Amino acid sequence: MPPGGREYLCIYDDTEESSGSRRARGRPWCWPPNGGWLCDSWTRASGEPAATREVEDEYSDGEYRADEYPYWLSHWRSAARRHHRHWRGRYHGPFRRSRDARLLGGVAEGLSKRTGIDVTIIRVVFVLFGLASGTGVAAYVLAWLFLPVEGEDTNIAQRAMEDRRGIALALAFLPALVATLLLAAALRAGWVDSLAWPLFVGAAGLVLLWRNAPSDERAVLERLAQPVLNVAVPQGRSWRRISARALIGAVLLGGGLFALLAGHPSHIFLRSLGGILLVMAAFVVIFGPWWLGIARDLVVERQARVLAEERANVATRVHDSVLQTLALIQRRADDPQQVAQLARAQERELRSWLFNGYVPGSTSSEDSTVGEAVQRVQREVEAAHGIKVEVVTVGDCDLDDDLRELLAAAREATVNSAKWSAAPVVSLFAEVEPDEVSIFVRDRGKGFDPGSVPPDRKGVSESVFGRMSRHGGVAEVRSAPGEGTDVALKMPRRVARRPKRAAS
Amino acid sequence: MRTATPRVFLVDDHELFRAGVRNELGTSVEIVGEADDVSPAIELISEREPDVVLLDVHLPGGGGQAVVEAVKGEHPSVRFLALSVSDAPEDVIAVIRAGARGYVTKTISGPELVDAVRRIADGDAVFSPRLAGFVLDAFSAMPGGADSNVSLDPELDQLTSREREVMRLIARGYTYKETARELSISIKTVETHVSSVLRKLQLSTRHQLTRWAAERRLI
Repeated sequence: MPPGGREYLCIYDDTEESSGSRRARGRPWCWPPNGGWLCDSWTRASGEPAATREVEDEYSDGEYRADEYPYWLSHWRSAARRHHRHWRGRYHGPFRRSRDARLLGGVAEGLSKRTGIDVTIIRVVFVLFGLASGTGVAAYVLAWLFLPVEGEDTNIAQRAMEDRRGIALALAFLPALVATLLLAAALRAGWVDSLAWPLFVGAAGLVLLWRNAPSDERAVLERLAQPVLNVAVPQGRSWRRISARALIGAVLLGGGLFALLAGHPSHIFLRSLGGILLVMAAFVVIFGPWWLGIARDLVVERQARVLAEERANVATRVHDSVLQTLALIQRRADDPQQVAQLARAQERELRSWLFNGYVPGSTSSEDSTVGEAVQRVQREVEAAHGIKVEVVTVGDCDLDDDLRELLAAAREATVNSAKWSAAPVVSLFAEVEPDEVSIFVRDRGKGFDPGSVPPDRKGVSESVFGRMSRHGGVAEVRSAPGEGTDVALKMPRRVARRPKRAAS
Repeated sequence: MRTATPRVFLVDDHELFRAGVRNELGTSVEIVGEADDVSPAIELISEREPDVVLLDVHLPGGGGQAVVEAVKGEHPSVRFLALSVSDAPEDVIAVIRAGARGYVTKTISGPELVDAVRRIADGDAVFSPRLAGFVLDAFSAMPGGADSNVSLDPELDQLTSREREVMRLIARGYTYKETARELSISIKTVETHVSSVLRKLQLSTRHQLTRWAAERRLI
């Protein structure tokens, strides 16, 4: 039992080699447990021996149990086996980017898995080359573009071929590159050349990546770009952001001016500076409209995409509700009243979506106008009592407390009709005039004799109508047996004159 | 009151709906033909000259409006009853202003449809409660802001108080018979009032009428 409880895991076990990293391995030449590094026995850190099993490969005779070998032989055989297994266990397919164990795009991981070199070494190489001449950045970006993810065959570049706007955007960097090169030539800074090309390639590649990478890879890019974007994109007037941008701008400007001034006498500097500014202005004039066009195109494209998504969402929701209703109707096909009710409810919802722009699923809890409140009464009474409610409204106005009482009385009258009249249809008519609002509830059902209702049955209706009359409203019930019922509710409006809005 | 069965022509682009109407109208009317598009409808109607045409408002290729406008000039005896699934007045008003004499929604029951067809064949107008509500709104007693500059022709641009009462009762869901009883007039008088309202609806250049429809489309 090795001291310290370090976990020794078998280096020959294939499952350990799949990720290409050797973190889980001990150092085989310093502490061989059980007399040999054979993958048939290993111990866990907890100390209890794990299973032993027969080793099966072309190096073993199959006759001996592994832990019977003498130490020296097992060590030699273990080394040979280690190499073979290591080679055998390694990935041999084409170059691919890694999917799971990735820092940025999985390029370094993928390369390490294929070549067997340690991941950290590859990453360090990339960084060194990137710092020295920018080629590291360009190489990484190109690898990201052109190597497919493991398990797939298409790379991002193939998708980018069809994205014309992205290619146009990437090529838009070209004038910037040319400008930089000219600038460098003017200032005799030869080192800029070797830096500019790879950086241009890297920037163009990044643009293509941003537009065409699948969402999980884009998320990585977005996470990285977050701090930069927060500073660069003007979102709101946060003073911290503005001051951060100003500070960075000032530092860059100061550094640039210092670098320029330090090497040249002032009048030569002024001439060359003037020339450089003219060149830059020329570029802006020549390429400005093109750049603006690309920017505008991108904005339009994004808006169109957002709109299409929104529309698809709404259409899906609507279709979903219609499908549900149709399924329900099929199930209840032998109850005609239910069928009619379901069909009516769905019809109203679809009609209000098509013609009034009301999106299903967005329910407003508060009604703000008489028209909306009347429609809510219609919906709720139809759903609760299975009776058809026809609504006609003329004019509209905002609800206030008095009108809410009126609407409550109207709902009460409608529910009464639904419950007692046995009529198939109840008609609701709401008229908004400058000085009063009237609602008429009419059905052609059994009717009743208003005088003969026993006092104890009056209950809720009386309270609702009573409340309305306390607010200044008037209720009149006309009915006769066999002739239906007509309830007239009127409420004077507090505000004398209001502009009439369009009726529904 | 004509006793002969009215001759009816169906125009609708939904085959199922036409079959249903054929079923419901049954033997009460004589169906002389069907069409599912604007040009065949115009041709066949001009050829067969039915009494009543049941016309779907939403037809591809110009809508029911196009059929009415094309036939109205040469065959003034043909009367149109508009059918609409939308119940939205701006669809219906266009057809009515083109010359239809009324509209019903497609959810109407069989007997009511027969009744409406008969009424149109007799020369009257069919007003659903919603249409009556719209009329009340469009011909409001208080002139709207834009109307106050234009001089209103009392003949066409205003409803008389009697017409307004009739419209209000119809909007409340009263049948013609009940309206007549309520106002203590004869049914014929009610029909006359309704027809005159229809005429005003069709001919009035009242700003609010057109603006109302335009507003609806914008909202």
